[in-house]
Amino acid sequence: MSIHQPPDDWFQAPHGPERVWIGLALAWCLILFLMMPYWHFRGKQNSTGEAYRTTPAEFAERVNRFIDANKVGEENGVPLVEPAPGSDIYLAAQMWRWYPALKLKKDQTYRLHVSSLDVQHGFSLQPMNMNFQILPGYDHVLTVTPTQSGDYLIICNEFCGINHHLMTGRIRVEG
Amino acid sequence: MTSLALPVGNFRTGEARTCDTTGLPVCLHAQRFIKLNAVCAVVALLVGAIGAILLGLTRWPAVHLLPADWYYRVLTLHGINMLIFWIIFLEIAILYFAGTTLLKTRLASTKLAWTSFLLMAVGAVLTNITILQGTADVMMTSYAPLQAHSNFYLGMILFAVGALLGVGNFFACVWIARRDKTYQGSMPLVAFGALAAAIIAVVAILHGAIALVPTWLWSLGLMDAPDAGWYRLLWWGIGHQSQQINVCAMVSTWYLLATLTVGAKPLNQLVCRSAFVLYVLFINIASAHHLLVDPGVSAGWKIWNTSYAMYLAVLASMIHGFTVPAAVEVAQRKKGHDRGLFGWLVKAPWANPGFSAFFLSLIIFGFIGGITGVTLGTQQINIIAHNTLRIPGHFHATVVGGTSLAFMGLCYYVVPLIFRREYAARALCRLQPYLFGIGIVLVSIGMSFAGSYGVPRRHWDVEFSGAPFAKGFDSGAHVMLGLMGIGAVLAFVGLLTFILLTVHAVFLGKRNEGRAMTAW
Repeated sequence: MSIHQPPDDWFQAPHGPERVWIGLALAWCLILFLMMPYWHFRGKQNSTGEAYRTTPAEFAERVNRFIDANKVGEENGVPLVEPAPGSDIYLAAQMWRWYPALKLKKDQTYRLHVSSLDVQHGFSLQPMNMNFQILPGYDHVLTVTPTQSGDYLIICNEFCGINHHLMTGRIRVEG
Repeated sequence: MTSLALPVGNFRTGEARTCDTTGLPVCLHAQRFIKLNAVCAVVALLVGAIGAILLGLTRWPAVHLLPADWYYRVLTLHGINMLIFWIIFLEIAILYFAGTTLLKTRLASTKLAWTSFLLMAVGAVLTNITILQGTADVMMTSYAPLQAHSNFYLGMILFAVGALLGVGNFFACVWIARRDKTYQGSMPLVAFGALAAAIIAVVAILHGAIALVPTWLWSLGLMDAPDAGWYRLLWWGIGHQSQQINVCAMVSTWYLLATLTVGAKPLNQLVCRSAFVLYVLFINIASAHHLLVDPGVSAGWKIWNTSYAMYLAVLASMIHGFTVPAAVEVAQRKKGHDRGLFGWLVKAPWANPGFSAFFLSLIIFGFIGGITGVTLGTQQINIIAHNTLRIPGHFHATVVGGTSLAFMGLCYYVVPLIFRREYAARALCRLQPYLFGIGIVLVSIGMSFAGSYGVPRRHWDVEFSGAPFAKGFDSGAHVMLGLMGIGAVLAFVGLLTFILLTVHAVFLGKRNEGRAMTAW
């Protein structure tokens, strides 16, 4: 019984179906253990976790320099920026906006730097549904190659205060 | 009525009674604290339940009940009362039970138990008041540098210290039992599972202290803001490990209820115990899966910790997922329920709420919770699932459909055996686990599928009305959110039924002192 002391000879190797099950479960765990790195190298959508130390002030300055150099217009009150393909591009998360709006070229690769200027935010690209955690003090670098043109919505999916649900941004991909 | 003969063990006169149903000794001091902690647990469950229905009706877009500020406030309240206060109060009660009755020993220290209980109660009240005052809208995770009022952190710290003292009292019970040789050889399996839970609890609470004490000092203006990445790493040291305390306590409850309801006994104790040891060894590192899309930790770190450590912890659950129903099957076949492959299951005591809650918990935790958990914990799938509703879809299957439902099943025995009061309205009791189980399965499925459309968790308005850029979600997501809402209503009715039945039984139920509890 589970609520009474076990018999003295309880220390015994499993046998029968129990042994088979443990073997199967262990084999399955080992396969998944190998699949995890396999998916990382084989899969096309991964983050290497590339990140650098920064501060909100320093990152804000880099974002502003980036906007000044590449601004092509304004959309819904947010500057629209068209950077050169292959370049380093910047996105700031701040209560409660994604700043600036980005205009990218299809099939070109960019190094996207994202960081927060205040609290934690969640970068969530819709309708692609790709999600990354954005922290103040960390310059999170994602290597991105848009493969479909269109307007993408960035929403925030880490709670960041009372207007959290209003925090949206835009990435426009043109062919 | 205390039985006349002194129960076996190391009890002093008048300090213990013999259980009229199981024949086990019950330390009367421990019994008092089991009652106190269980009552607080149910109060926290009620607070969390009121939060649950308000949230369910807000995220159901057709209803959208609460305004934004109250949605986030109630979400914080719901998470903390359900995941922390309800579960940890009940776990401390389980530790007092397992540490005394099962080991035939007395409670190590009444003073320590009082200190533990008062700290936990004061901490819980302080945190709840701070949340309701609107100065701690930070969610359960309270991710720094989003800041709550210092009393929020102080309440959590007091609660955690109280819980740690309760765990210490349990260890002291084990020590006294060994010293006084109240049991020979190895401790019973359920006590061993409780011991595993207690060890994980110590490691978890230490992580919590390292995360929350500096955060509290920061909220008082005495320190700089903690680093956001550092906070997440340490917070999940308590956030995830405390879920593994739940798993250990839940699995122990499965073994306990399997014994109480159908007389099952474990097939191979070495297997069951080794699985508990796997939880203790690997779950700490496995909490890395919460940081799969974080900056600051490398891909190698994420892959290594989540694959090797997490799958060894998963192995433990897969072992229990076999041994528990296998023990039930063997017990049932011995009773002659031997027809075909599943005759033993068909003939199981499905009208006993202790059994139905336990077995539904096993199925919901194992199939829905386990499968979603393992998939979400892989690096690539996490990119499409992180912070979407898929995450709460997963843990409503593990911690609600699994742990909470198992604990409800436990209450159907705790009240008659410890409070020595009988449940009334027994037909309703028999129905309750199904109502709650079905409701929570719908919640979990609705959330998981809505989340796979990208719908975020912890979000008041998925239409983004008033935002600079807006585009609603696919209509399929709305169907799923509706399903979640319907499930929430069902689960709430099931939960409220449980609370009313239990409160009625505890205060007004028929006394059964001096005789065995009425069989379910």
